[in-house]
Amino acid sequence: MPQTPMHTDTSPLLEIRNLQTHFFTHDGLVKAVDGVDLTIQPDRTLCVLGESGCGKSITARSVLRIVDQPGRIVGGEIIYRAADGRTVDLAAERPGSRRMREVRGKDIAMIFQEPMSSLGPITRIGQQISETILLHRKVTKAEAREIAIEMLDKVGIPDPTGRYMAYPFELSGGMRQRAMIAMALSCQPRLLIADEPTTALDVTTQAQILDLIAELKEELNMAVMLITHDLGVVAEVAEDVAVMYMGKVVEYGDVHDIFANPQHPYTRALMASIPRIGAERRDRLPAIRGMVPHPLSRPSGCSFRTRCDHAIPGVCDQSEPKLQPAAPPNQPVSCMIKR
Amino acid sequence: MTAPLLSVENLDMVFGGNKRDAGVRAVDDVSFDVMRGETFGIVGESGSGKTTLGRCIMRIIDPTAGKVTYRPDDSAPVTLTDLDKAELRKQWQSIRMIFQDPQSSLNPRLPVIELIGQALRKSEGLTGKALAERVAQLLQQVGLRPEFLHRYPGAFSGGQRQRIGIARALATGPKLVIADEAVSALDVSIQAQTLNLLQDLQDEFDLTYIFIAHDLAVVEHICDRVAVMYRGRIVELADRDTLFRTPAHPYTRELLEAVPVPDPSRRRDRKKTVPVPTGVQSAGCAFAPRCALATEICRNQTPPKRNVGGAEVLCHHVT
Ligand SMILES: Nc1ncnc2c1ncn2[C@@H]1O[C@H](COP(=O)(O)OP(=O)(O)OP(=O)(O)O)[C@@H](O)[C@H]1O
Ligand SMILES: Nc1ncnc2c1ncn2[C@@H]1O[C@H](COP(=O)(O)OP(=O)(O)OP(=O)(O)O)[C@@H](O)[C@H]1O
Ligand code: SF4
Ligand code: SF4
Ligand SMILES: [Mg+2]
Ligand SMILES: [Mg+2]
Repeated sequence: MPQTPMHTDTSPLLEIRNLQTHFFTHDGLVKAVDGVDLTIQPDRTLCVLGESGCGKSITARSVLRIVDQPGRIVGGEIIYRAADGRTVDLAAERPGSRRMREVRGKDIAMIFQEPMSSLGPITRIGQQISETILLHRKVTKAEAREIAIEMLDKVGIPDPTGRYMAYPFELSGGMRQRAMIAMALSCQPRLLIADEPTTALDVTTQAQILDLIAELKEELNMAVMLITHDLGVVAEVAEDVAVMYMGKVVEYGDVHDIFANPQHPYTRALMASIPRIGAERRDRLPAIRGMVPHPLSRPSGCSFRTRCDHAIPGVCDQSEPKLQPAAPPNQPVSCMIKR
Repeated sequence: MTAPLLSVENLDMVFGGNKRDAGVRAVDDVSFDVMRGETFGIVGESGSGKTTLGRCIMRIIDPTAGKVTYRPDDSAPVTLTDLDKAELRKQWQSIRMIFQDPQSSLNPRLPVIELIGQALRKSEGLTGKALAERVAQLLQQVGLRPEFLHRYPGAFSGGQRQRIGIARALATGPKLVIADEAVSALDVSIQAQTLNLLQDLQDEFDLTYIFIAHDLAVVEHICDRVAVMYRGRIVELADRDTLFRTPAHPYTRELLEAVPVPDPSRRRDRKKTVPVPTGVQSAGCAFAPRCALATEICRNQTPPKRNVGGAEVLCHHVT
C-alpha cells in the first residue's frame, strides 16, 4: 500500500480498490458491493449511476463506515488522503474510532437519499444544523446560528429565519432535502458525497443547488461524488462517470466519452431508456428486458449476461470480465467482447 | 359528457394560522376536475403545495376550506370533505396514495408480505399461501424479486423501497391513485418499466392517476393534462401538448427552460441560471419577485384566471 504522497495536486483524494461489502442475512450472503474500484480526484465531480439496487448507496455508506448490520466490509481498501497529505485506509478503521469520527461530517460529508433517515424527527431543523456546525467548526453558538440561516437561504428555502424553527414534518419533501444539503455543506467538507440530492426538487431549485455545489467546489477545492439517476444532471455537472451493475463498476470514463461513446452494453441500454422532452411520442418506453438476478444466485461469468443482447454463450458465462482498458484506453469497461 | 371522477373546488389549506400570524397558506383556492381514466399531472416548485393537495384530497389532513367530490360509480357522488372517519376508510379502498418518502411511509418493523398484504387481507380476505402468491406477483410486476417477501424495508435500496410503495398502492385494485413522486428514485430503465406498468393497468382497469412529479420528461410522457403549481396556486392548467409546446405562464416557461439536457456537449453556462429570490410577496401575484413581465398591477392585485391559447392561466399579462 503506497503511504507516501508523490505530489498532492494530482494524487487522488479517495481511492476505492476492490471494495467488498456484504450482508450476512438469514437467507444467505448478499454481496451488495462486490469489488468496486473508484478514484475521486480533488476538485473533480464524479457521477455514479447504475441500476436501482446495484450498490451505489452501500458503497457511499462504506466510505463513511456507516453500513448497518448485518452488513460488513469484508475486503478491499478505501484510501483517503487527509489535508496533511497522509493517507489512511478507512476500510481498516473501526467505525467508531476517533479518526472515523473526525473524517465523518468534517472531511467527508454525505447527503442521504432519504432525508428523513438523517434528520431527527423531533428536533427543529435549525438546531440540527447549528449542532453539526458547532461539532466541526470553531465558532460560537450565535455564529453557528447565523451560518445555519445563511445556508438555509443559500439552498433556496423561503423565510430561512422562520424555517430555522420548523420541525422536519413541517417542511415539504424538497425542503427537507435542502435542509440536509445545508447541513452537509455548512461544515465545508473536502469531499461531498451526495446520494440523489436533487430528486425531490423542481428543475429551477435543482439548478440552484447544483450551482451552489459547483461554487463551493471551486471555493473550497471540494471533490464531489454524486449518485444520481438523472442523466440530465450527469450531463450537466459530471467530469468523470462510473456506471455500476450488480455491485461492480462496469464502465468508467470522462463524461463526454461516456455519453458520446458508451462501451458497455448496460451503459448503452441505459442511455437508450432516457425519456426526453419533445422526443417523438412513444407509447412505451424502452426498458432493459428481464430482471436483476437474485443477489443470492448470481449468474456465472458476466452478471449482465441474462439481460444482455450481445451475450455470447460459451464466452460470457465462462469467466467474469474485469474492468480494463478497451478501445479508448481511458475508458475501462468490463465486457468480454470489448477487449 | 360523463361527470368527472374527482372534482376539487376552492380548496384551501392553511397551516398554523392564528390572530397574529397568517400561517402557511400551502394550498390557495385550488379547483380542478379529474376525468375517469386520465392521468392528471401536477408539477411545480418544491414547497408549492403538491403533497399537501394530495393529502387534502385523501383527507389524510383536513383542508381548511373547500369541497372534494368523488364519483366512483353511477350511484350518488360522494363528498369526501363531508365524510366521517369510518366512511372515509371505506373510500380509501379505491383511492390510494403512493407516498413521496417511502422511508417514513413504510413501517420498518413489518416484512414486505405484511406491508403489501394487509390491505389485501382486509379487502379480499386472502390469507396464507394465496396471499403470499398474490404479493409475490405484485412484487414481480414492479420489478422486485418474489423471494423478497419476508424482508424488512431496511434491507432494500431507495428505489426498491419506492417500488414496495407502488405495489402496496396497486394491490387492492384502486380506481384513483395519487402518485407523489412515485418513480423519482428509479433508474431510467426501471422507471420506464414502471411507467409502462402504470399505463397497462390504466388500459386494463380504467384507472385514474393524479401524478405528482418533478421530472418533466416523465410527465410529458405519461400525463394527459398537467397543472402547474406555484406557492399554493395552480398557475397554469392545460392539456399536455399545449403545455409543453406553448407554455403560457412565465413560471411554466422558466421551468421548461431549466430542464437539464442529457447531453454534455450542450452543457449550459452554469453561472447563468437565475438566482431564486426567496422573499415573500404578500399581495398580488406570488411570482412577481421573479417575473420579467411584472408590473405594478402584478404586485397589487391577485391575477385572474384567463384562457390563453387553450390553457387556463393565472396571470395579468400573458396573451
Ligand atoms: N440490510 C440489508 N440486508 C440485505 N440486503 C441489503 C441490506 N441493505 C441493502 N441491501 C441490498 O444491497 C443492495 C445494494 O443496495 P444500495 O442501497 O446500495 O442500492 P442503490 O444502488 O443505492 O439503489 P437505489 O438506486 O435503488 O437507491 C440492494 O440489492 C439491497 O437490497
Ligand atoms: N404539517 C405542516 N405544518 C406546517 N407547514 C406545513 C406542513 N406540511 C406542509 N407544510 C408547508 O406547506 C407548504 C407546502 O408543502 P408540500 O409538502 O405540500 O409541498 P410540495 O409541493 O409537495 O413540495 P415538494 O416538491 O418539495 O415535495 C410548505 O411551505 C411546507 O413547509
Ligand atoms: S460480457 Fe457478454 S454478457 Fe456481459 S456485457 Fe459483455 S457481451 Fe454482454
Ligand atoms: S401576473 Fe404579472 S408577475 Fe404574475 S406571472 Fe403574470 S406577468 Fe408575471
Ligand atoms: Mg441508493
Ligand atoms: Mg411533496
